[in-house]
Amino acid sequence: MHPFLQSIGYDHWALTALLLIPLAGAVLIPALPSALAKRVALAVTLVELIVSLGLWWAYDPSGAPFQLTATAPWIPAWGIAYRVAIDGISLAMVLLTTVLMPLAVLGSWNGITTRERSFYGLMLVLTSGMIGVFISTDLFLFYVFWEVMLIPMYFIIGVWGGKGRLYASIKFFVYTMFGSLLMLVAILYLYYNAGRNAGGGYSFAYEQILRHASVPGGVQFWLFAAFFLAFAIKVPMVPFHTWLPDAHVEAPTAGSVILAGVLLKMGTYGFMRFALPFFPAVAFNPMVSRVVITLAVIGIVYGALVAMVQPDFKKLIAYSSVSHLGFVVLGLWALTIESTQGALMIMINHGISTGALFFLVGMLYERRHSRMIADFGGIARLVPAYAAVLTLVSLSSIGLPGTNGFVGEFLVLLGSFRTHPVAAGIATTGVIFAATYMLWALLRVLYGPVDKKENEGLTDLTPREYAILVPLLALIIWLGLAPGAMLRRMEPSSRAFIESVQGHAPTPEVARVEPR
Amino acid sequence: MNPLHGTAADWIGLAILLPFLGFLVNGALAFVRPEDKRTVSLVGVGSVAVAFLVGVAVFLAILGKHPEEAYVRSYWTWISVGDLKLNAALQVDRLSVVMLLVVTGVGSLIHLFSVGYMHEDPGYARYFAYLNLFIAFMLVLVLGASFPVLFIGWEGVGLCSYLLIGFWFTDRQKAAAGLKAFLVNRIGDAGFLIAMFLIYRNIGSLDFATVLALAPRHLVPGGPVVTAIALFLFLGCVGKSAQIPLYTWLPDAMAGPTPVSALIHAATMVTAGVFLVARAGVLFAMAPLASAVVGGVGALTALFAATIGLKQWDIKKVLAYSTVSQLGYMFMGVGAGAYAAGIFHLVTHAFFKALLFLGSGSVIHAMHHAYHHTHNHADAQDMRNMGGLRSHLPTTFRTMGIATLAIAGIPPLAGFFSKDEILASAFARGSDEPFWYLVWLLGVAAALLTAFYMTRLMLYTFYGPNRTGAAEQPHLEESPKVMTIPLVVLAVLTVLGGALNLPHVGTLHHWLEPVTGAAAAYGLEVPLSVGVEVGLMLFAVVIAVVGIRLAMTRLHPEQLVSAEKSPAEHGFAKLLLEKYRVDELYDAVIVRPLVWFSRVVLWKGVDAGAIDGAGVNGSAVVARALGWVGSRLQTGQVGAYVLFFVLGALAVLGALTR
Amino acid sequence: MLGPSLAVSAILFSIGVVGVLLRRNAIVIFMCVELMLNAVNLTFIALSQQLGMDGQVFVFFVMTVAAAEAAVGLAIIIALYRHRDTVNLQNINLLRG
Repeated sequence: MHPFLQSIGYDHWALTALLLIPLAGAVLIPALPSALAKRVALAVTLVELIVSLGLWWAYDPSGAPFQLTATAPWIPAWGIAYRVAIDGISLAMVLLTTVLMPLAVLGSWNGITTRERSFYGLMLVLTSGMIGVFISTDLFLFYVFWEVMLIPMYFIIGVWGGKGRLYASIKFFVYTMFGSLLMLVAILYLYYNAGRNAGGGYSFAYEQILRHASVPGGVQFWLFAAFFLAFAIKVPMVPFHTWLPDAHVEAPTAGSVILAGVLLKMGTYGFMRFALPFFPAVAFNPMVSRVVITLAVIGIVYGALVAMVQPDFKKLIAYSSVSHLGFVVLGLWALTIESTQGALMIMINHGISTGALFFLVGMLYERRHSRMIADFGGIARLVPAYAAVLTLVSLSSIGLPGTNGFVGEFLVLLGSFRTHPVAAGIATTGVIFAATYMLWALLRVLYGPVDKKENEGLTDLTPREYAILVPLLALIIWLGLAPGAMLRRMEPSSRAFIESVQGHAPTPEVARVEPR
Repeated sequence: MNPLHGTAADWIGLAILLPFLGFLVNGALAFVRPEDKRTVSLVGVGSVAVAFLVGVAVFLAILGKHPEEAYVRSYWTWISVGDLKLNAALQVDRLSVVMLLVVTGVGSLIHLFSVGYMHEDPGYARYFAYLNLFIAFMLVLVLGASFPVLFIGWEGVGLCSYLLIGFWFTDRQKAAAGLKAFLVNRIGDAGFLIAMFLIYRNIGSLDFATVLALAPRHLVPGGPVVTAIALFLFLGCVGKSAQIPLYTWLPDAMAGPTPVSALIHAATMVTAGVFLVARAGVLFAMAPLASAVVGGVGALTALFAATIGLKQWDIKKVLAYSTVSQLGYMFMGVGAGAYAAGIFHLVTHAFFKALLFLGSGSVIHAMHHAYHHTHNHADAQDMRNMGGLRSHLPTTFRTMGIATLAIAGIPPLAGFFSKDEILASAFARGSDEPFWYLVWLLGVAAALLTAFYMTRLMLYTFYGPNRTGAAEQPHLEESPKVMTIPLVVLAVLTVLGGALNLPHVGTLHHWLEPVTGAAAAYGLEVPLSVGVEVGLMLFAVVIAVVGIRLAMTRLHPEQLVSAEKSPAEHGFAKLLLEKYRVDELYDAVIVRPLVWFSRVVLWKGVDAGAIDGAGVNGSAVVARALGWVGSRLQTGQVGAYVLFFVLGALAVLGALTR
Repeated sequence: MLGPSLAVSAILFSIGVVGVLLRRNAIVIFMCVELMLNAVNLTFIALSQQLGMDGQVFVFFVMTVAAAEAAVGLAIIIALYRHRDTVNLQNINLLRG
């Protein structure tokens, strides 16, 4: 760890501070005048970002699997404790969250005009919830955060959303609750069967349960199914994905950005942290594995094809998420170091690129109050800077080499090809369809003559919008050309994931000749 | 230690960095000061010219040191996961330096030409930004030391091609042509990706040096794996180099500015596929079946595209199909195992085809000017509106004439030697496998047609009476010096280019031996006796002369009328003019069904219908129905509630006392 | 004396139940509820002869609760009457599903 961080005792308070700072902000905002709300929210999220940046140096990839551990008793009688820690995976996810949050606040600057205090308060609660999910190492605590983050999102969509917001928010809520309640049952079962420690008491501690999760065979399948369903809905995997297009389309810009950027990653994060390490024998059972990989590949192609024919730009991006997250699931189940690392990279990249795309669509919406692709055309002549940024972000989204998107997709496919060549081969066609839906949309939005009078008054990016987009563009290029620093931090955790799974799973045949 | 260490080869990165900086500067200027054309030209042309000088320096270094192995200059770790270590590394060897010189050399000339050609365009700075970016990516492609680094350039040039084809994006058709180019290329790129996965799965590395060295040990020659690798790689080449069945994007790509067609769609980018086959020569040499496919597809494309070229009226379309056809020749060469011959034709083709395109650019420039003067909106690219330009554009005429003779295969111009070598190597393979005689025959037929359609182009453009219009004719003028000088330089190269690899001297052949040697070990190249070789040469000359003669006797430029007065074509000629309606076929068989399937079946049917309608909203309806049934019990009558309560209490009592 | 006492309280309770079930007037229903409560009180007292004083303590509880209930219940009925001009429960079905 960096001596400076050491000197301020960073490792002792950092994670707790990350949880408390947004909560403090959320308490503070209702007490302030409405006009101040967004400024305070921005300040709080920026402080959060600065605090979280220390994790980059504080986390030591060659050290223990879980670091910066903080523990405090909460409900000792039931073995529930405040246990937080990070590994390389949560490090990446936490940073993704803290980078996106200030941008999301900036992106709502002019778009949110009613009940500002409640909006920004909820955004901050959401921040705490998301970070909590990523850093909890206590299953009970994890479940609390999992549910905590659901509520602000429900209101953000339901109150500040578009025309169909009620339908969308309820759909989002019911879908997610359905899965997470089953997961709660599974967690409780694990608590009673695997959580019993040597002293005779029970514990929700992650490592305790991980060590003893191998419960009798038949039950294990149902426990896995419960976890799987909760996370598969969140990812979302086909066919549990239909809440996503509605939620994305109706949510305000910031809501879409966070939804795509962070919330979807909780599904795949859950797979990596809980579902697969707890029940490797079920998850990598040839039958189950085949079903999941098939669903992932279907998701890749299906999401891309459906995205291609969407008339609504936001819906197009929503379906593209289904496609991208399919790559992640494929990468996790392929169970090679390349594909796992690639899956993590896609999780990060998708947050950046899709987040940027939602911002960009939001900017158009603020100007024209339309998200329909057909309502635009030829606007590259009027807003050249916007067009340039949109093009670059789209290229990153379709995985052009040299941008971040390529690194993730390439690694996932490269690794998956070692264990599941046919699935990876089919998934590779996704790169064709991705280019089709994205660039076809660009053609219809940016190019051609300006044939709608309403578009003639469009104005180019404002300084505030540059402030949102430039950091994202920088990340796109940085992670595209030099992803090494990120990969290095995640690699031990990916390895640990694979090893924890491979110990029990029927190992897939890895066709591979070592270079001599 | 490689002998190149400490020489100019250490500065190879500069060749990429300079055009890239040019892109950044010009890109910034496009937003800030688009009217500052002097700076834009200076940066745009200068950066590429200096990159050329770097190339010359590296070439001289290789000449002096005679390295047997490639010199890999590594900059930083790009992707490192597990055993996979990919560096951002460039590779200097004899093949890449040839490509480096061609790309930056021809590139500089075309940049220079663009200064004149694009001078009036409001997007001048943006144009040069894209063009510089293209050079940077193209150099990444030819210099990359591993498949993925090459792939950065591979897709990067595709991106620049997309941007430049759609350069005049306010015209939706032009923008759509760019999109088509990108998407068709992506089909090939998916193949390329799969090839990389296969290589990594079986060899465990993606660096050229490692893969090519280990391939003979890890792969079974002629086995399914190496054949699959070669075929998937070739799928990438088919997309990038516009071969059957993915050639349809290239003719549409003519929507871009003409210098772009010269640089990207004739001289450099489209030849990347040939370069890749030569680069991965060992893999192809180990897979004779795949090599036969390469040669066969090349020969078929050469002939097929040449037939379409016979009937086109748009001067650029003729050249576009000619390019597709010539690329087919190159694949014939590399498919036959004559990697040096393929690269040789790549180089000479870069000279004479760039010259032809720039010449056509000069013609179009003049036509535009003339029409601009009289505010006529006739088609400036239609040969029926030209005619008799010989006297108006003398330099353009002479230089294009030289290029036409070269592509037709008249000795001692460059095209004769390179084309002859390819045909000879295909013929030689015929003694092993008769299949190659067929390839040779297709190549000869294509050569005859090439001579014919190129003569046709020259006749209709430069001979006969002028059909531009009485008012326009006085305004037809030769292009400025900045455009004619590149023409003259390219003409000189076209005349002298054959000297690079004269028969039995084989300078280029020997030069490339360190690169192609490993593949040559598989003995695909069969030597010919001198007698047969001379016979083939004479035969090729006869074919070329017959083609030219035929065109001169059968075509009558003086009978031609301008485009709007021309009668419609019939029968086979119509089919040729409509390019065999392949685009329409793809549209009907692939594009439309796919969009229909996605929209009607997947989206409306599965997504909105089955999952959302039946599944999600269906369960909501069931829940609501159950709720409605339950709500019927709530009458609101307190008495009823009490009754239920009492009955319930009695039931409990009864249960307890039983 | 236990038998007759319990019989009386059972009869009183049944009258209360039937009254609650059949009558429409809120006041009458209310009185029937009181009747049921007092029937229970009678049971408590009768049984306290044999089982000790606890039952009598409960009676005081019940009486206190009944008084409170009378206060709240009557207030609700009055409020209801003011709004609806009726205390007939058949016309009041706000809880209907």
